[in-house]
Parts: sequence; structure tokens; C-alpha cells
Amino acid sequence: MIRGVQIDLISAERLDRLTSMEKIRLILDDVMEGNIVVLEKGLAPDEQSKLIEITMREITPDGFSGIEMETYPVKDTPDGFFSRLFGGKRSETRLTVIGPANQLKTIKKEKDLISAWVSSR
Amino acid sequence: MEFLVRTKQKISQFLKTLFRKRTCRIGIYGPPNAGKTTLANRIVRDWTGDAVGPVSEVPHETRRVRRKQDVTITGQNGNSLTFDIVDTPGVTTKIDYNEFIEYGFEKEEAVRRAREATEGVAEAMHWLREDIDGVIYMLDSTQDPFQQVNIMMVGIIESRKLPILIVGNKNDLPDASPARIKSAFPQHPVIAISSLEGTNMDELYEKMTAYFG
Repeated sequence: MIRGVQIDLISAERLDRLTSMEKIRLILDDVMEGNIVVLEKGLAPDEQSKLIEITMREITPDGFSGIEMETYPVKDTPDGFFSRLFGGKRSETRLTVIGPANQLKTIKKEKDLISAWVSSR
Repeated sequence: MEFLVRTKQKISQFLKTLFRKRTCRIGIYGPPNAGKTTLANRIVRDWTGDAVGPVSEVPHETRRVRRKQDVTITGQNGNSLTFDIVDTPGVTTKIDYNEFIEYGFEKEEAVRRAREATEGVAEAMHWLREDIDGVIYMLDSTQDPFQQVNIMMVGIIESRKLPILIVGNKNDLPDASPARIKSAFPQHPVIAISSLEGTNMDELYEKMTAYFG
């Protein structure tokens, strides 16, 4: 049997339909099964904060040891004519890779390139 | 008459409690082993003669959030700031008890430390969302500042619109590169210090009074 790693690519549309807690649960349940999750659109800072907190609560000795996560910094972009006029900005979250800490390792991270290595369990 | 005086005192006490301005809480955040407790101890020792907690080269030595209340500092500019200093466990997305075994701990103790460390990180994140008014984000100047946890944490702090001072610690070591930290976070003031040796603390105090005051 071929041993491999499942990679789930979750679209921005699907993420937009979920609440913060649903997103976090979806990611963690997937990652805890040993899968790699790629989010087309990353998590908002507040969701990242909750993800760290809930990840910590899921860690067990000889079991789940946490997550490895890589993303690009949030980009501030002007949102439409009125926002541009009044200086408003929309924070744009970006492509994010999340996996089990014992399986996903970041090899190289640059401004515009994330290079990661994935091992099977 | 006595009844009236007592009632007046009670009302005055109630109003004081109601309108009392809460002391600002400054949290020291950063990855494990950046020197957060060493800095908290340095600030508290410099201004109160006390300490916040023990330090060690073992990561996650601080596994509970610790708060020292009412610390007053004065910058060289003469401005003063009274605040509660909140020392937090190092923030990370992963904790494995084997990390502690590598430092010579028995399995039982390593598992206990790992469990406490996970609780400490969760607690620190909760404090950041609920109870912190300003952040000193502490980095080890000899390490890569572009690590995901730093990018993520600075983003989280920015999104909460909290004032943030970035401190590059361990500047006494030969590999220290505060310039690398400045290039990673150009949008925030960066102060290079050695909290162990007490180098450049005057600049930090001055920036703190100006920034958090």
C-alpha cells in the first residue's frame, strides 16, 4: 500500500460560509487526523489567536503535539472608492498552510515564497 | 447626623470605585526563551527592588501569567508612567514534552511541564484578548524574527489596536542583529537592549513613558 499524506485545499467561498469556531474546528479536526490543510484565504488575526488557544487545549502527551502554520503577513488594501477617499483599509488574509507539528516543517520562508516539507506519520 | 455622615462616605466611596481609572496593563509577549521574565525582573527590580519570577535557559520556564501591580517608571524626559507589568509564557503553536526530556527532566516532570506550558500559552492569549492595554513584544536578537509565530502575534496585537514596542533582547551576544528585527517590523519602534546586562534600559523607559503614557 502506498503511504502518503492527505492534503485538503479549502476554498475561500467555503471558509466565508463558516463562523470563526467552525473554521477552527474544521482545521484542527483535519490536522489532528494527520492531514495538511491549505486555506485559500487565511484566518483573521482574532481567529489565529483563538486557533493558538484551542490548539494548546488539544495537546496530549504522546498524541497531538500542536500545529505548524505558515502564512504571509496580512495585507492592508484600500477597499473601494469611499474607503480610498476616507483612508479606510481592508485587511486581506492570505494563503495559509497548517499541519501537524510533527509532520510539517518549514524549510524556507521568504517574502513571497514558503517552502515546506511534509512527512507521513 | 452620624447616619448622614456614614451615608455620604458610602456614596463617595461608591462613586470613587465607579469612576476610578484602571491602571494600564502592559504585557510582555514573545516566543519562548526571548528573555521576557528577565526583562520583567529588570524593570521591577530597577523601580521597586522586587522581582516577578524565576528565569532559566529551559524553554517555558514561565508557565503562568504573572502580574506585578503599580510599577512606576520615569523616563529621562521626566515623564512618569504607572502600570501593571504582565509577564506571559512564551507563545508557540506546538509543545512536545520530549523537549523537556532533552533538558534532563524525567518523563513525569516533562509531561507536567508540557501540560502547564500549554495552559500558560492559552492563558496568555486570553489575557491579550481581554486584559492588556499595551504590549512589549520581545525577540531574541540572535534568532530569525520572521518566524511565523512572531508574524502572527504582531498581526494579532495590531488587529486589537494596542500600542506595541518591539524589543530586541540579548544584544550583548555576538550574533545579535537588531537591524534584522527592524527590517521585519518597520512599522513599529524597535529598541535593542540586553535585559541581562541592563544595557539601553534608559531608552526603553523613555520610549515606554512616551508610548504607553
